[in-house]
Amino acid sequence: MSVEVLEDGRKRISAPLSDDDVLALEIGDVVLVNGTVYAARDAAHKRMVEMLDRGEELPFDIGGQIIYYVGPTPERPGNVTGSAGPTTASRMDKWTPRLLELGLKGIMGKGGRGPAIRAELEKHVAVYMAALGGGGALSAQTVRGQEVIAFEDLQTEAIRRMELDDFPVWVVNDCRGRDFYAETVKPWRRNDVLPESLRVPTDEWAGKNGGG
Amino acid sequence: MDFMGEPREIDAAEVTRTVRELCIEINYRVPEEMVTLVRRARELEESPLGRQVLDLLIRNQELAAKGEYPYCQDTGYTVIFVDLGQDVHVTGADLYDAIDEGVRQGYGDGYLRGSIVRDPLFDRRNTGDNTPAFVHTTIVPGDQIRIQVDAKGAGSENMGKHAMLKPADGLEGVKEYVLQAVADSGPNACPPGIIGVGIGGNFEMSAVIAKRALMRKVGQPNPDPQIAELEAELYEKCNALGLGPEALGGTQTVLAVHVETMPTHIASLPVAVNIECHAHRTGSRVI
Repeated sequence: MSVEVLEDGRKRISAPLSDDDVLALEIGDVVLVNGTVYAARDAAHKRMVEMLDRGEELPFDIGGQIIYYVGPTPERPGNVTGSAGPTTASRMDKWTPRLLELGLKGIMGKGGRGPAIRAELEKHVAVYMAALGGGGALSAQTVRGQEVIAFEDLQTEAIRRMELDDFPVWVVNDCRGRDFYAETVKPWRRNDVLPESLRVPTDEWAGKNGGG
Repeated sequence: MDFMGEPREIDAAEVTRTVRELCIEINYRVPEEMVTLVRRARELEESPLGRQVLDLLIRNQELAAKGEYPYCQDTGYTVIFVDLGQDVHVTGADLYDAIDEGVRQGYGDGYLRGSIVRDPLFDRRNTGDNTPAFVHTTIVPGDQIRIQVDAKGAGSENMGKHAMLKPADGLEGVKEYVLQAVADSGPNACPPGIIGVGIGGNFEMSAVIAKRALMRKVGQPNPDPQIAELEAELYEKCNALGLGPEALGGTQTVLAVHVETMPTHIASLPVAVNIECHAHRTGSRVI
């Protein structure tokens, strides 16, 4: 079991994750990610799927692993990383199912995932977690190592193996098809002052083009 | 200003130096009013989780200001507004080359991320130094150059919306359009941020004035009382959406709404919504 429940209710995880580990994570959980994750974003995803289309192996064994959607700033001499917050996850929707099929278990990014990816997470027993968007300086404090392992020419978009030290994330889409963002807004939406079209909380953010 | 005399000569190297310094400064230190407004949001926020998130954002501001780690890893498109005095003669280099050289040096020396690809479709190779900058030039009276640099993150930029509404849609139609854009942006635009709204002009001018609205000192109302009233109403209603900090629920979804308007065609009501995240990084200097 790679999920440790702390006294304050937070959960500490480290890859590789099993189905049982993923099942132990629910929307709204605060999770501390420890150990190895693989940094990959838009260009690296496109290239990985092209490799799979050609019948080639991925640059790392993805089974049970966690991918973090991040493109860090260059590290200063003596530092292990630059700023390293998350980028918008829904931009990776096109490529995500192929990686889930190969056993990818955890994903970290920013923003939510749409119904199609939520269904894929459910089908493959995987979890999507959001890190603090725009908090790049703070995120860097919990990165204790990183190394480019593939696609160096992509610069910030290269695939990196990163070592994390209690990197905090929220579970946004669990393996039960649920969406944390759909829940968080409801108690705070003030229908009394809004036009009719906005009175019902929307569940439709994910799947739209984002950046970061 | 002496418009009867010789033009004032400004060395392009001074433009380069100014752009370089601004690129580095803004990526580590957000404007003072952002510090004030995020702290005010922390006081006003009713959701406990929202308050926790705002505490993290305050820590992130403080950490970045030490100058070692940029505020956000997305150090942005470099958007530059140049107000060029008509009595200035720039010498020594092409003005736009001088600006790009400043970006190149600033992003390199400041350990900032290169995020620009050379072609959107056929050659998405990273230029490596965040050039080219996107420059808006205005010719103004006088013998000075004012340069405002903005590092605009793509997460919020991608959530922007633009529409050619009908004149019949009117004020209510515009309000609803803005609110829908903010609701749709959800967590992707890293709230709480600033909403820049451009109303009027034509297709492209509405977008340009929406961006200009974001360049205003944050929270400073439009000098036109009618527009200031619209800004206040949109501010309240955006916050009534309940997204809250990082869209984890709460009362503080936006820090400010800035609206700019301009004349338009009898047949048109253009509206553009340019969203800025809490990582609002901008600064200006006069040469």
